[in-house]
Amino acid sequence: MGRHVVLVEDEPNITEAIRFLLTRDGWKVDSHADGTDAVDVIRAAKPDLVILDLMLPGKSGLEIIKELRDSDELPGLPVLMLTARGQLKDREMAERAGVTRFMTKPFSNTEVLTAVRDLHAQAGLNRAAAGGREGERTDLAERAGQG
Amino acid sequence: MASLNVLAVVCLGYVALLFLVAFLADRMASRGHSARWLRSPLVYTLSLSIYCTAWTFYGAVGYAARSGLEYITIYLGPTLVMIGWWWGLRKLVRIGRSQRVTSIADLLSARYGKSNLLAIGVTILAVIGTTPYISLQLQSITLSFAIFAEADPLRSVNETQTVFWVALGLAVFAILFGTRNLNANERHHGVVTAVALEAVVKLVSLLAVGIFVVWGIAGGLSQTLQRIDASSIGQWQVDGGRWAAITFLSAAAFVCLPRMFQVMVVENEDERHLRIAAWAFPLYLLLISIFVVPIAAIGLELLPQGSNPDLFVLTLPLAEGQQGLAVLSFIGGFSSATSMAIVAAMALSTMVSNHIVMPIWLRWQEVGASVSGDVRDVVLLARRLSIAGIMALGYLYYTISGGGAALAAIGLIAFAGVAQMLPSLVGGLFWRGATRAGALAGLTVGFAVWLYTMLLPALGGGVLPTHILAEGLFGIGWLKPHALFGIEGLDETVHAVLWSMLLNTGAFLIGSLATFPSPLERLQGAQFVDVFEHSSGPRGWLGSVAQAEDLMIMSQRILGAGEAQRFFQAELARQGGRGPLPEPTPAFLERLERELSASIGAAAAHAMVGQIVGGSSVSVQDLMAVADETAQILEYSSRLEMQSEELSRTARKLQETNEKLTQISQQKDAFLSQVSHELRTPMTSIRAFSEILRDADHLSATDHTRYAGIIHDEALRLTRLLNDLLDLSVLENGQVTLNFSAGRLGDVLDHAVATALADGSADLRVLRDDATDDLRLSTDLDRLSQVFINLIANAEKYCTAEQPQLRIVAQESGDWLFIDFIDNGAGIPPEYRTTIFEKFSRVSPERAGGAGLGLAICREIMQRLGGDVGYLAGQEGGAFRVSLSLRREIAA
Repeated sequence: MGRHVVLVEDEPNITEAIRFLLTRDGWKVDSHADGTDAVDVIRAAKPDLVILDLMLPGKSGLEIIKELRDSDELPGLPVLMLTARGQLKDREMAERAGVTRFMTKPFSNTEVLTAVRDLHAQAGLNRAAAGGREGERTDLAERAGQG
Repeated sequence: MASLNVLAVVCLGYVALLFLVAFLADRMASRGHSARWLRSPLVYTLSLSIYCTAWTFYGAVGYAARSGLEYITIYLGPTLVMIGWWWGLRKLVRIGRSQRVTSIADLLSARYGKSNLLAIGVTILAVIGTTPYISLQLQSITLSFAIFAEADPLRSVNETQTVFWVALGLAVFAILFGTRNLNANERHHGVVTAVALEAVVKLVSLLAVGIFVVWGIAGGLSQTLQRIDASSIGQWQVDGGRWAAITFLSAAAFVCLPRMFQVMVVENEDERHLRIAAWAFPLYLLLISIFVVPIAAIGLELLPQGSNPDLFVLTLPLAEGQQGLAVLSFIGGFSSATSMAIVAAMALSTMVSNHIVMPIWLRWQEVGASVSGDVRDVVLLARRLSIAGIMALGYLYYTISGGGAALAAIGLIAFAGVAQMLPSLVGGLFWRGATRAGALAGLTVGFAVWLYTMLLPALGGGVLPTHILAEGLFGIGWLKPHALFGIEGLDETVHAVLWSMLLNTGAFLIGSLATFPSPLERLQGAQFVDVFEHSSGPRGWLGSVAQAEDLMIMSQRILGAGEAQRFFQAELARQGGRGPLPEPTPAFLERLERELSASIGAAAAHAMVGQIVGGSSVSVQDLMAVADETAQILEYSSRLEMQSEELSRTARKLQETNEKLTQISQQKDAFLSQVSHELRTPMTSIRAFSEILRDADHLSATDHTRYAGIIHDEALRLTRLLNDLLDLSVLENGQVTLNFSAGRLGDVLDHAVATALADGSADLRVLRDDATDDLRLSTDLDRLSQVFINLIANAEKYCTAEQPQLRIVAQESGDWLFIDFIDNGAGIPPEYRTTIFEKFSRVSPERAGGAGLGLAICREIMQRLGGDVGYLAGQEGGAFRVSLSLRREIAA
C-alpha cells in the first residue's frame, strides 16, 4: 500500500507547509495550485489520498469532489477537504458531495497528520474487507464517502 | 215618429256593430299583426273619451240650462290635468306598466306594501262611488227611450223593465269582451277599439245636433249668440267657490276614476301616446262641449216650460221633426252610456275579483293554490260575476233613488267619491314617507265624510232621516251633514268637497307621519317615487326552496298553459340554465309574481307565490332583517376589501424590504466569509510554520530562515489586510475625516511613485508627463496619494510585460482633472472591468499578497473626494483613470 498524496491548494505557503509535514511522514506529495484541471491531475496520478482546498481558482473543491465521485474510476479514494471559510453549511455541502473528512483552517500540524493517517488506514481496511466480496466494494466506498 | 221597434232595431244593430268591431280588433291583436291604428295614439286618445259619459252627452246641456257656464268646469279639470300634469300621468303610466298594475286599487295596494286591506277599501270605495254613475248611464238610456216611447202610441214603456234589460245587455257585452283574457298585458283591444268608435259616434252626433241647432234652428252664428244673450245662461253667473270645487273634483276624478285608470294606464300601449293625448284629448273635450250652450239656450227658448233640459239633445231635433238626427243623437247618448258602463264594470270587476274574491278564495283553499282547482277559471268566473254584480248594483241604485235626480248631481257625487283616493295616490307617487296607515286613515275619513255629507243626503227618501239633515247627528248642531263644524251657508257640493278632501288629506298626512313605513312599503315607495330611476328592483322573495314544478302548475292555471310555458322558457333562456325548468331564484320569483299580479293583482300574486315558496308569505320583519343583514355584510365586505387592499400593499412593501434585507444579509454573509477566508489563510501558514519551527529537530539553517521569513511575510499580510478592512469600514461608514490641504499635483505623484516602489525590487518603469505638474490641488492630498500608490502598486504586481512600464498622464478638461495610469501589460479582461472595484475581487489566480480590497478602497476614497476611479478601456495595457473635480473643493 503506497503513500501517495495529491494536494490541491492555491496558497503556496500552505502547500509548502503540508508538503514538508507529509514528506517527513513518508508520503510522496504531488501538489497542484489550479482547480481547472485538478480532476485530470488526480485521475492521472491515482493517489492513495487527496487533500483538497475548498476555494480554488478555476474550479471549486466542491465541484472537483463531485466529479471524482460521479466517476467510478477511483472508488473509495479518501478526500480530506481544507477550507478557510469555517461555516457549517460549507461542511454539510462538502460531506454531501462525498468528502471523507473536513478540516477548517488554520489547523495544527498534528491534526493534519492524524487525519491523513486515519483516512489512509480506513481506506486500507475497506479495501481488505471488500476483497472477497467484489459487489460490496462500491457500497462501502460510497458509505465511507458519505461518512 | 220613429217607433220603438225601429229604435230597438237600431240599438241592436249598433250593438252588433260594436260587437263586430271589438271581435275583429281582438282577433287582430291575438294574431299578433294588429294594424298600426289599433295601437295608435288616436285610439288611445279616443278611448280616454269615456270620461265623457251620458252625463256629458245629455247632462251637460241640462247643466248649462240650469247653472249656466258652470258645466265647463267638468271639462276644465281633465284639460288642466292633461296639459299641466301630463308628467304626473306619465309617472302613473310608467309605474302601472313596470309594476304590472291591473287597477287603481292594485296600484295603491302595491304602493303601500301590497296591503290587501287597502285594496279592499279602495275597491269598496270605487264600487260605491261608481254605482250612482252606472245608474246614471242606465237612467239616461231609459230616459231617452222614454222620449221616443211618449211619441209611440202603440207601446207603453215600463221604465224599470227597460233599465233591467239595458243593464243586462251591458253586462253581457262587458263579460264577453272584458273577461276574455286574464292577463292585462294582452290588453282589451276589442273593448278599447269599440270605445274609440263610440267616442267618434258621440262626438259626431253631438256636433250634428249642435250644427243643426245653430244653423238649422237659430239661423246662424250671430243669431245664436243673440239668443244666448237673451237667455238666462247669458247672465254669465259665476260662483267662484263652486267653480274651483268642481274643477278640482273633475280633475281628481279624471285621475282616480277606475275606468279612467283602466284606459289611461292599464290599456296604455305606449307611454309616448300620452304626449299626443295631452293636447288631443283637451281638443276632443273642446269640440264635444262647444255646442252645449247653444243647444241649452235654444232648447230653453223653444221647448215648452218643464221639459227636462237633460234631454234637449233629443227633444230639440224631435220637436223640429228631424227624426234621423234624433236617432243619431240617441245613438250618441247610447254610445256614451254604454262605453262608460262597460269599461267601468270591467275595471271594477278586476278590482273586486282580485282584491275581494281571490283572497277569500285563496284563504278558503288552504291546501295551496297549486293543488286544487284551476285558478284561471276561478278568476274569470269571479270577474264575470263581479260585472253582473256591479250592473245589478247600478240597477238597484236606480230603483232606490227613483231615477229622479238630475244627471249632473249624480255625476258630481260619484266624482267626489272617487276623488277621495287622490291624496293617497298623489302622496304615494311623490312622497316616500307616505304609509299604509296614512292611506287607510285618509281614505276612511274622506269616505266617511263624503258618505255623510254627500251620498246619503242625495239618496234622500228614508236612507238618512230628515232630522239628522236638519239638526245634525244625535242632535249635535256642528254635525249637520250640510254644515259641518257649524260652517253654514256654503254650497252643498263645495262644502262636501272641502271637508272631505281637507280631512282626508289631513288624516293621510298625520297617519303617514305618525307611523313608520314597513320595509316592503319603503321598497315599493322607492320604486314608485323614483320609478324613472329604476324600473325594477328588490321587492320580494328570498327562499328558493320552491319547487319549480309547483310554480309552473300554478302559473299555468293563472296565465294559461301557453303563456306560462312561454314565460318559463324565456326565464330558462335568461338564466342560461339546463334542465326543463328555471331555478326559482328571487329575481325569477319577483318577475313571476309581477306577471301573475297582472292577472290577479299584486296582493293575491304575492300570497300565491308565498304559499308555494315558503308555505307563507315572507314576513316584513324577516325581509327587514335580511335587508339589514345584507347592508351590514356589504359594509363589512367593503371594509374588508379596503383592509385587504391595505394589507396587500403592506405585504408588498414588506416583501420588498425583505428582499432588500435578504440581499444585504447575503452580501454580509459573503463579506464575512471572504474576510474569514482572507484572515484564516495567512494564519494557517503562520501556524503551520511556527509549529514546524517548534517541533522539527533537524532543520537546516536555510529552511529555518526561510520558514521564519514566511511567518513574517504572512504576519505583514495579515496586518495589511486588517488595515485595509478598517480603512474600508471607516470610508464606507462615512466616518472618515478628510484633511484638506493645498499642493502641487507633481509633488503628490512623485511621492506616490516613490512610496509604491520604495523597496526598489521592482523593475517597473514609470513615465511621467510633467506638463500638468504645476496644477494646484486642494483636496485631501494623503488620500489622493493613497489612491495613486495603490494603482502604481497594482501595475507593479500585475503588469506581465517583459519590460513593464507605467505611463502617468494628467489632463484638465473643464472643471475636471483626469489622471490616467496606463501600463503595457495584458490589461484586464472586459468581464472583470467593473467587478474589480468590488471587495475581495481579484482577476489573477495567483496570490499577490493582496486581499482584493485595494481598488474598492480607491473607489471609496475618490467618491469621498468628489471624483471617481474607473477602468479606462481602449488602451493597450491595463489602464485606470482617476477623475477629480476641480471646482468642487469639498465633496459631500
